[in-house]
Amino acid sequence: MRKFVDRTFVVLSLSATVIILSMLFLIIGNIAYHGTERLSWEFITSNPENGMTAGGIFPAIYGTVLLVLLMSLAAVPFGVLVAIYFAEYASAESRLYRWTRMAVNNLAGVPSIVFGLFGLGFFIQSIGKAIDQTFYPGRLLYAQPSILWAAMTMAVLTLPVVIITVEETLRAVPREYREASLALGATRLQTVFRVVLPQAWSGVMTGAILAISRGAGEVAPVLFTGAAYFLPRYPSHPVDQFMHLGYHIWVLTTQSTNVEATKPLLYSTVFVLLVLTFLLNITAILIRNRMRKWATR
Amino acid sequence: MGNSIKISVSNANFFYGTNQALHAVSVKIRPQFVTALIGPSGCGKSTFLRALNRMNDLIPGARLEGKIELDGENVYSDSMDVIQLRRRVGMIFQRSNPFPMSIYDNVAYGVRVNGLTKKRIELDEIVEKSLRAAALWDEIKDRLHRSAMSLSGGQQQRVCIARALAVEPEVLLMDEPASALDPISTAKIEELIYDLKRAYTIVIVTHNMQQAARVSDETGFFLTGRLVEFNETKRLFTAPTNRETEDYITGRFG
Repeated sequence: MRKFVDRTFVVLSLSATVIILSMLFLIIGNIAYHGTERLSWEFITSNPENGMTAGGIFPAIYGTVLLVLLMSLAAVPFGVLVAIYFAEYASAESRLYRWTRMAVNNLAGVPSIVFGLFGLGFFIQSIGKAIDQTFYPGRLLYAQPSILWAAMTMAVLTLPVVIITVEETLRAVPREYREASLALGATRLQTVFRVVLPQAWSGVMTGAILAISRGAGEVAPVLFTGAAYFLPRYPSHPVDQFMHLGYHIWVLTTQSTNVEATKPLLYSTVFVLLVLTFLLNITAILIRNRMRKWATR
Repeated sequence: MGNSIKISVSNANFFYGTNQALHAVSVKIRPQFVTALIGPSGCGKSTFLRALNRMNDLIPGARLEGKIELDGENVYSDSMDVIQLRRRVGMIFQRSNPFPMSIYDNVAYGVRVNGLTKKRIELDEIVEKSLRAAALWDEIKDRLHRSAMSLSGGQQQRVCIARALAVEPEVLLMDEPASALDPISTAKIEELIYDLKRAYTIVIVTHNMQQAARVSDETGFFLTGRLVEFNETKRLFTAPTNRETEDYITGRFG
């Protein structure tokens, strides 16, 4: 009887694994099969045409990549600073640390649509408005949705994962190194930047990778903060709006006037988004491996 | 030098939170002497050592009562620059801890962070001088720019010693510097301590009583946070005045 229970459990867990794997293959296989049908160099490099029933998706690819890069530029340095404060300066028992740490953890659990609304209210209607009133009176530049504010909103969304990853890497750097540095008459700041952080680069990059994975696929945060339905131009200034692959998928799915004509485009767009996310991740992983080699040389 | 004093500790009580680790320790450490601190685990000898360059400051809730003076200057006064203090009082740790950088960068680290020189030639000279003083130069002079992590344990510990010497400290604190090393590396470190004594004041914590007897001029015996006996090494090991010291050095406990 015990043997039977034992066997049944193995079969049960194995079949659960198989079900999950087959679902993954089904999704990816389906998208790869239908997505590559219409996929061509032209599709990747041209503008949408005829009310999105023809043409390509280049503006959306461009916008997504630019968004992710801007987001990383904001989220990674800021996240590293917070992580340094947490790991190196804050006392683990202090109330300030416990509360801010709790806030960061909770931030990670906030639904992304809430970040979108926050971005609209905070960045566009407060900060953007203040910038316009102070520097560009009478003009509307920063107080409207743009790639800048979309990237900032996305950065706030991805900050917790950067902070948590980097903090853990910093804490994993042996105390002996800090002591050796301080015992030589280095300040804490010198110790952090010359000894601790160089050993945590791979963690910083891991944080960036996780941020990119999360950021490249999210649509809700950019919905109100900068993504455009259709734009024939590419964003060239921080206050320009931009097209976004995820948003474009939503547009193709729900706003099309000709479902049959849009369907192959939709498949290809989804395929491109998957490949793009994958490529962004691979790039970050390659950079991380490079840094690892360089750090332990 | 005669009877001059490098470090003077009077009536030092040390606390980790509410836990008292040192009880009324008073001792005078003489310049260009090797002072060994022996005693069983948890007796407070490492705490005492780390109190001398304020490394214990890093531990939350740690505090010292009493007085520690370096050349007559109160180490724990508000006007003491801890960064400067640690440059003057170097430290070698139990586990060799070279940074994961090249040998050169390891030795140059302290010089760079203290801004002692900006000139490459001077830095090269300091690195060579320090590695020579640590009896390592001849072994590694052809691979200065290789990672210090590629060296053997004994060599790594000597890199750490060279690194500490490069900032020209006055005092060297050694926290069981050879306890993780094989006998040959240990012998090299001991020889080195003997050589360094001419220029530095050395305080060494050790578990190894033979080592204390071999390298030191004066020895202190710690037990449960008290300095039980402090005397010339020869006298302490041959004619201890205290019963507990005698029991410890004859191997009856500890």
